Amino acid sequence: MPSLDDLKKRIKSVKSTQKITKAMKMVAAAKLKKAQENAEKGRPYSEKLRNIILNLTKSISDETNAPKLLAGNGKDKVYLCVVITADRGLCGGFNSNICKLAKSHFKSILKEGKELKIITVGSKGHDQIKTEYSKYIIEKKSFKEKKQISFTEANEIGKKVIELYEQEQFDKCLIFYNNFKNVITQVPQAEQIIPTFIKKEDKVKNDTIPYEFEPDEDEILEDLLPKNVSVQIFKAFLENAASEQGSRMTAMDNATRNAGDLVDKLTINYNRSRQASITKELIEIISGAESL
Amino acid sequence: MEEKFKIEIISPDKGIFSGDIKEAVIPCFEGQATILKDHIPLITFLRPGLVEIENDKKFYVEDGTVEFSNNNLLILSASIQNIKHIEKEKINLMLKEAKEKISSNQISDKQKYILNYKIETLEQISL
Repeated sequence: MPSLDDLKKRIKSVKSTQKITKAMKMVAAAKLKKAQENAEKGRPYSEKLRNIILNLTKSISDETNAPKLLAGNGKDKVYLCVVITADRGLCGGFNSNICKLAKSHFKSILKEGKELKIITVGSKGHDQIKTEYSKYIIEKKSFKEKKQISFTEANEIGKKVIELYEQEQFDKCLIFYNNFKNVITQVPQAEQIIPTFIKKEDKVKNDTIPYEFEPDEDEILEDLLPKNVSVQIFKAFLENAASEQGSRMTAMDNATRNAGDLVDKLTINYNRSRQASITKELIEIISGAESL
Repeated sequence: MEEKFKIEIISPDKGIFSGDIKEAVIPCFEGQATILKDHIPLITFLRPGLVEIENDKKFYVEDGTVEFSNNNLLILSASIQNIKHIEKEKINLMLKEAKEKISSNQISDKQKYILNYKIETLEQISL
């Protein structure tokens, strides 16, 4: 049985923890709003760019002659995985969910006897992945100092990926990130960015408008596809940023509630043992008086 | 009213400009083009230059993609900036960098072409 003093100390410490988690939740809520806005602002760009690419690809008559970034280089041997996580912890299952998904992909890639290369973005993911897959990691990036990730950073990674592709260091590229559905739900996602993945039904859906191309389709595609890679990565960043804050908010909300429950329980305990000690003292006094 | 068409300028971070306009001049890769209403559907990309809207608003671009269809002009560019909002020091810095790059020998003809336009445009707006 802990003494009254111990209980008092514990209640105090849990209360102060609760204050911290509450503050973190509030901060995350404020940041979430901003991140959500950013994610929404970024959406039209990537969507429209995708539309243009769709329109372009429909006009390509000879698919075998299409640029490598679009059609792939015909090989399927080396995979490059870009795992995008946060730089900070205390956000529930956010980082581990991405890593879990990425690891299951790694496993199946290795099982099929294919080569694996990993780029990690964000220090938390790197920490989790390096325990098992450290020999596959070719590069780690972290934007810890940056307050807000802008297109410049995404472009940096995009350029790096393209450079590797042009040196034929890999055949396929996947990115892993959390898709922001709503504040409570974030879905970890794997997306293939090289070669650009276009669903069949997307191809049929749009009516073809006879476009005029200047210079010609191939040259436009060559200019556009590398940009698309950067934009896809940037989109993943934005979704991730919103997801991180959402995830942190829920986690901290839970923590605050748990702390509250704990305080209640401890308070009951404290009151009980206080009452018990008072009763004990009374009994001692009464029985002392009786014996006189 | 009938002469107007929609324009949308978007960068990855946010929408830059949208509205109904009569005329836009864009620096296409193969030369400047003026877009008026009922232009035929067009997809092209940009070289460094100025996007001018009705001689009123001017934007500096380094690269970008343009689509025109159904009287909607869409300009996607990561480097687009309103020239009113660029500081002079930054222009000079960019100018210096571009000049350094062009004097090195390791660049291709295409890069040279782009850099030439970049320098020309920057010199034009720094005046």
